[in-house]
Amino acid sequence: MLAYVVRRLLATLPVIVMVAVVVFAMLRLTPGDPAAIIAGNDATAEQLQQIRQSMGLDKPIYQQLIQWIAQLLQGDLGVSLLSGTPVLGMIGDRMGPSLVLAISTITLTVIIAIPLGVTAAWRQGRLLDRAIMTLSVFGFSVPTFVIGYLLVYLFSIQMGWLPVQGYRPLSDGFGPFAERLILPVLALSTVYIALIARITRSSIIEVMGEDFIRTARAKGANEHVVLMRHALRNAAVPILTIIGIGMASLISGVVVTESVFNLPGLGRLVVEAVLARDYPVIQGLILLFSFIYIMINLAVDLLYPVFDPRIRY
Amino acid sequence: MRNLPLDSDDTGCDTDREKPVLQIEDLAIQIGGSAARPVIRNVSYDIKPGETLCVVGESGSGKSVTSLAIMGLLPDALRSCGGRVLLDGEDVLKASPARLRELRATRMAMIFQEPMTALNPAETIGRQIDEVLRIHTKLGRKERRRRVLAMLESVHLPDIERIYDAYPHQLSGGQRQRVVISIALILRPKLLIADEPTTALDVTTQKQILALIRELQQKHNTAVLFITHDFGVVAEIADRIVVMNSGQVIEVGTREEILAHPREAYTRMLVSSVPSLVPKRREAERNEVVLDVCGLSKTYADKRLFRRGRPVAAAQDVNLTLRRGEIVGIVGESGSGKSTVARCIVRLLDPTSGTIRIHGSDIAQTSRSHLRPFRRRIQIVFQDPYRSLNPRVKVGDAVVEGLLNFGTPRDDAMAKAKNLLRTVGLDEEAIHRYPHQFSGGQRQRICIARALALEPDVLVADEAVSALDVSVQAQVLRLLDEIRERTGIAVLFITHDLRVAAQICDGIVVMQNGRIIEAGPAEEVLTAPRQAYTRTLIEAAPGRGWDFQNFRPLQIDSAKPADAMQPKQIH
Repeated sequence: MLAYVVRRLLATLPVIVMVAVVVFAMLRLTPGDPAAIIAGNDATAEQLQQIRQSMGLDKPIYQQLIQWIAQLLQGDLGVSLLSGTPVLGMIGDRMGPSLVLAISTITLTVIIAIPLGVTAAWRQGRLLDRAIMTLSVFGFSVPTFVIGYLLVYLFSIQMGWLPVQGYRPLSDGFGPFAERLILPVLALSTVYIALIARITRSSIIEVMGEDFIRTARAKGANEHVVLMRHALRNAAVPILTIIGIGMASLISGVVVTESVFNLPGLGRLVVEAVLARDYPVIQGLILLFSFIYIMINLAVDLLYPVFDPRIRY
Repeated sequence: MRNLPLDSDDTGCDTDREKPVLQIEDLAIQIGGSAARPVIRNVSYDIKPGETLCVVGESGSGKSVTSLAIMGLLPDALRSCGGRVLLDGEDVLKASPARLRELRATRMAMIFQEPMTALNPAETIGRQIDEVLRIHTKLGRKERRRRVLAMLESVHLPDIERIYDAYPHQLSGGQRQRVVISIALILRPKLLIADEPTTALDVTTQKQILALIRELQQKHNTAVLFITHDFGVVAEIADRIVVMNSGQVIEVGTREEILAHPREAYTRMLVSSVPSLVPKRREAERNEVVLDVCGLSKTYADKRLFRRGRPVAAAQDVNLTLRRGEIVGIVGESGSGKSTVARCIVRLLDPTSGTIRIHGSDIAQTSRSHLRPFRRRIQIVFQDPYRSLNPRVKVGDAVVEGLLNFGTPRDDAMAKAKNLLRTVGLDEEAIHRYPHQFSGGQRQRICIARALALEPDVLVADEAVSALDVSVQAQVLRLLDEIRERTGIAVLFITHDLRVAAQICDGIVVMQNGRIIEAGPAEEVLTAPRQAYTRTLIEAAPGRGWDFQNFRPLQIDSAKPADAMQPKQIH
């Protein structure tokens, strides 16, 4: 098991390096001179030269690559062109709201989607099942930002129950923190709840056809036990896979949701950096997201044996 | 909480023994709520305590559906629509779901065909047996554990503490079936329903499981309803027999009555279809050798990133020859390597070493592209006719595919396909139909036609009749023999069933653990085996003591006084 974790971690290194090289190449492959883009239209020749030197652009490309990798290895993601502050620090400052949003979304999704899916599977073909499935089609058909604005319109503008947007850290007290989080989390969760409820339903229905379910019934087990103990655990592996994929795609959901609700997280930072062509920040964020993606995949793989003892590493 | 006979004294008195545990009266089952003809009609039989009642019938006869109805476990699509099923005088068809759950595992219990899938893969063995006690009793943790361990011991599992904490995938098929039996019998039900419990097991394991069921049955005077398609097993264990066909009971009688004096034509046909274990004497023909396998080995190395895996030898140093018009059987239990050898010979697998000569040319190491011309010399028929035909390809197109690959014009190929389908006993109009429109036996005929289309020299039949009912099996075996007679094709016949091998093979090769341990003419190997393992296999074949074709116990053959042929006492 430990050997497997070590091997998997080592295997992520080439991936990270490849991402780093691609990110490096991206800046160099952009049409025109990066220095010219950075310096803007009114720059003089000396200013351009200065920027080239400070970015190391006057050196051969392989040296630039080595320098970039060397910086990365030291944890140096470079400096924002816009503000001049280190990229790593900027990411650190914006991490909080995004993490809170993502974790709350996943928690809420699992708490709601799995019982919904189990219920639908239990009542397969009946009214309740159809109602849940119809809602779930609706849930992943409507874009996150539409749901977001709808929620704001209903609960903030019409009812006046919750703030329209914004973010308060937990240190300002739980009330202000939570009331600003409810709508973004609901908006972002909808699509995942719909998706995971569906997957839960179909994997449970599949497992319910297995022989060991009949064995459980032949023991005299009631349907609740059959569903929760025998079916759900055996249906867990596909559900877990989809949760993993969902978490990875959450990154793009975070960008949209943070824009709708004006949360000062990584998603907003992405939008700001792209609009301002702040390349070092974009590079840093892409690297970070790739890393998160890889780690989520690893975590999902490591969780499989918890649910299925036949999987051993 | 009801009083459960958890402790050893048997409460049954003599009058109890006479009263049937289970009485089925005019049971009818239909599909859904429709008023259509019921799929099960007028089924009546009963079982007394301590009795073994065998329900036999071919696939689709309704024998399993009836047993599921007793347990109240019918699939949603089916429901009972008439008659009574009395368990200890209580009609289970009228019982509430809650009452049915109470009865399951306490009064009636069931074991299933497929031990590989009957257990929850995500829970330990101990917990799964313990669940029965948790549902039906109020015993404490320690007492439950003690009882589960005692039960594991009584089904003769080794190392019970370890097995208690093991997961199903860590156990063999036979061991898992013992666990399923533990689940069924831990509360000492009066009725045990066993639905083909040994069909998926090797003969030697089957013998042990049958002995175990018998032992526990005698200990607790359990009534056993044993569902099977295998008359060999029936001859071994039945007190009485119920014969079913298309949802109806054809005949009920004692073992002697059914096996020796069947009244109904259908029963006669079924019983006499059981192939004899005694091979027919065949003239050894000395035709030219078409297939010569020498020193064939296949090793699997399980590859890992840092460590080197232990190599597993699936087949080692296998030698065999096949002459024109000859049928050679490879027999052995699961894991003996017989299928590996078959797949190497047709080069679906790449052998690790050795030679495979077809008409003198070695194809063991030939590259895929150079192999192409040899493909038409050797063809294969697989075990499961339900999965070896593409469901979306019409029968005609399936049969001609090989011919088209080798450049035959489509019209000629189709004409040939029609011919072939007639040869295998099907209508030539079959070319326009899809596989699902045919029965299992018909599909296997289609597979044979497909294999014959290229006029191969060698046909490899990998358990080609194992999935078929005995009557259909007999037809397919006859067909193969006819084709051999007519075309002079050589057949390599892989099977786990010695009866089938005895029926059709000229020569038999016995494999164990990837090696050939005995080979020779069929008659010699089956009646005077030289190796202890071959003897074990023969002795484990169920119904050895019965001559099914002639409806009588097997006489001790004076010509071949093999002590292995000792018949079972029939009274």
